[in-house]
Amino acid sequence: MIEFRSVTKRFPDGTLAVEDFNLVMPSRKTTVLVGSSGSGKTTLLRMINRMVDPTGGVVEIDGTDVASVEPVKLRRSIGYVMQNSGLLPHRKVVDNVATVPLLSRVPRKKARADALALLDVVGLDRALANRYPSQLSGGQQQRVGVARGLAVNPNILLMDEPFGAVDPIVRAELQRELIRLQRDLDKTVVFVTHDIEEAFLLADQVVILKHGGRIAQVGAPAEILAHPADDFVASFVGADRGRRALHVENHGGGDILVDSEGRLAGVLAAASASEAKAGPVSGPGASAQGQDPR
Amino acid sequence: MNLFLQALNWVLDPAHYSGPNGIPVRLVEHVAFTGLTLVMAAVIAIPVGFVIGHTGRGRGAAVALSGALRAIPTLGLLTLVALVVGVGLEAPYVALTILAIPPILAGSYSGFEAIDRRTIDAARAIGMSEGQIVRKVELPLGLPLLLGGLRSAVLQVVATATLAAYVADFGLGRFLFSGLKTNDYAQMLGGSILVILLALVLDGIFAAAQRFVVPRGVSAGRFEDTRARSTRLAR
Amino acid sequence: MSWVWSNLDLIWDRTLDHVVLSVPPIVLALLLSVPLGALANRYRVSRGVILSAAGLLYAIPSLPLLIVIPAVVGTSARSPVTLIIALTLYGIALMVRVVADGLASVDPDVRQSASAVGSSAWQSFWHVELPLSGPVLLAGLRVVAVSTVSLATIGAVIGVKSLGSLFTDGLQRGIQAEVLSGIVMTVLLAVILDALIVAAGHALMPWSRTPLPVRSRNGAPGGAEA
Ligand SMILES: Nc1ncnc2c1ncn2[C@@H]1O[C@H](COP(=O)(O)OP(=O)(O)O)[C@@H](O)[C@H]1O
Ligand SMILES: [Mg+2]
Repeated sequence: MIEFRSVTKRFPDGTLAVEDFNLVMPSRKTTVLVGSSGSGKTTLLRMINRMVDPTGGVVEIDGTDVASVEPVKLRRSIGYVMQNSGLLPHRKVVDNVATVPLLSRVPRKKARADALALLDVVGLDRALANRYPSQLSGGQQQRVGVARGLAVNPNILLMDEPFGAVDPIVRAELQRELIRLQRDLDKTVVFVTHDIEEAFLLADQVVILKHGGRIAQVGAPAEILAHPADDFVASFVGADRGRRALHVENHGGGDILVDSEGRLAGVLAAASASEAKAGPVSGPGASAQGQDPR
Repeated sequence: MNLFLQALNWVLDPAHYSGPNGIPVRLVEHVAFTGLTLVMAAVIAIPVGFVIGHTGRGRGAAVALSGALRAIPTLGLLTLVALVVGVGLEAPYVALTILAIPPILAGSYSGFEAIDRRTIDAARAIGMSEGQIVRKVELPLGLPLLLGGLRSAVLQVVATATLAAYVADFGLGRFLFSGLKTNDYAQMLGGSILVILLALVLDGIFAAAQRFVVPRGVSAGRFEDTRARSTRLAR
Repeated sequence: MSWVWSNLDLIWDRTLDHVVLSVPPIVLALLLSVPLGALANRYRVSRGVILSAAGLLYAIPSLPLLIVIPAVVGTSARSPVTLIIALTLYGIALMVRVVADGLASVDPDVRQSASAVGSSAWQSFWHVELPLSGPVLLAGLRVVAVSTVSLATIGAVIGVKSLGSLFTDGLQRGIQAEVLSGIVMTVLLAVILDALIVAAGHALMPWSRTPLPVRSRNGAPGGAEA
């Protein structure tokens, strides 16, 4: 469990990025922070692994104040995946995945074997193991990024707009994979995005942020869709724009996300396992994403 | 062509291979002096370049410095230092070190600067310590440009060390100046050919090293012959 | 200081000598580098050959080059022509790459639109590609000019009169002021030539009056999206 208590971050230049933020992120669930650019999502995420230290308040992981843990040690125990993958350009895929285990003195052979196994986990062909990042597509790079994030078998996985830079079709594929992964691995995932549909698709708990890291609403996707707390949330969700007017429909055992024209936009991650297996965003969902005119 | 034959004869004449004024001794002097100067300049310039590349601070000053040094005539600097310090090796050593600093500085700050900040940020985020970031990320990625800087510095120093024989009794330049004095064109030309060969060999070694250290995954095009930039012609 | 006052004539004469020695190589290097650079930019093979040759030339130390040139070209060992040839060669070695890179950096769209409106390759080169790479050429020419002025002093050791003669003479006679005035005048001359080139550039390329943009460092402020 990750808990933020009265967390404030003011950068040295005076920017107040996060103000009095309080939140509990439950273990083994996916919490998605969603908000427009500059709302403080990245800052919040980075306060968990001490890439950013709060100027006020406490961040705790399972009751331990992260400020009491040495940053390098803390970061090595937490997976981190970012936009543009952040892979080391001069290392092969397999060595990128094995980076942290190697730093932690895992024997080279074992680290590489584990890394290869992780490529399977994230759905990458082992044949790509000896390529360099620049020889991969954007989507493949992101998968390597995820594999690297998983390499230390962390309890917590932080993901900062990991699919923000790939095209819509690949993004839908990666989202589906992440749902599958999360079902298998059961990590505590904190996921940052500015895409509300992605948030609803992946989250157990959605946190809608306004400027300054102020929480507009927290809740399960269905709750937020059914009862937007205020006009801000309603407009963010798109309910009043007639654009895609997302709403939830229950189809015998699983909640699905449907847009205003009745097209399937996705299956909520909380849906029952069998339903999810049927393919969270099968056909129509993916193409709906592809046609999104934004 | 006759002149070149005479020069070749001079170079190959066994009489020129012994004693303190023999080709081997002069060659060793030249190379050793070049190496020492380079090490000194690198010890000064690389850390400064590292800081500039990281903070972006002092970049303007570094560019201005290398511009200003480009305008200062090497021969003038050598003679002035010789007049002030006295004839000997110290004067050229100081002058050459100063001249070798700008290219190394430029190579090192542009090398460190060219590294994508996001790569460094990601390395930190997954738990590399600051020292590990420098050793495992920044050095390998910055090395090709840094070597490019060293490469221009080497050319600079080999050339200026030749001139430095004007004010000190050392190096291959001695053959040029004593030939000039006695109108012995074969000796001048022979000495010149030796210096040129030395410069080309050292340049080739650095070119090969540069190619060798470009990390395989990094597009080589970015580092294609970077030595020409921000260097001086005045040698 | 008193040496300077009583030798103003000498300093002035050497300065004029220096101008005569260093301006022709700068002009020649520019004139010869444009066609060479264009050729280098044209074919793979010519690019390889020309740029490798420039790289080799660039690696050759100056004094040995001064001594080799007479043996190759047949000029007299102590003639100003030898020095001018050497300086021109160095200028070309530096400038050819600048021209090739400058031409290569012209936006292919712009080039295509030029040929779309019916310009011949020749016209497009003179009216589009060359002017557009002007700012890059200008920056290169400035480096060539400053370097050439500084390098021309080396001629003094083979007996070609220039500001460098103040160094050789000053050293022999032990006059620091003479050497110092030689350095000052060389730098001054370089600065003046540089300013003239910048001014000429502005006159010829009024559209590039703003200084070349300095490459910004990666990332937004604070790397917020990193
Ligand atoms: N290192 C920093 N220094 C100063 N201001 C920053 C820094 N990082 C982020 N900010 C500012 O804090 C605010 C929140 O940024 P961020 O957390 O990156 O937002 P998001 O990830 O939601 O786009 C923005 O106004 C941003 O400009
Ligand atoms: Mg962000």
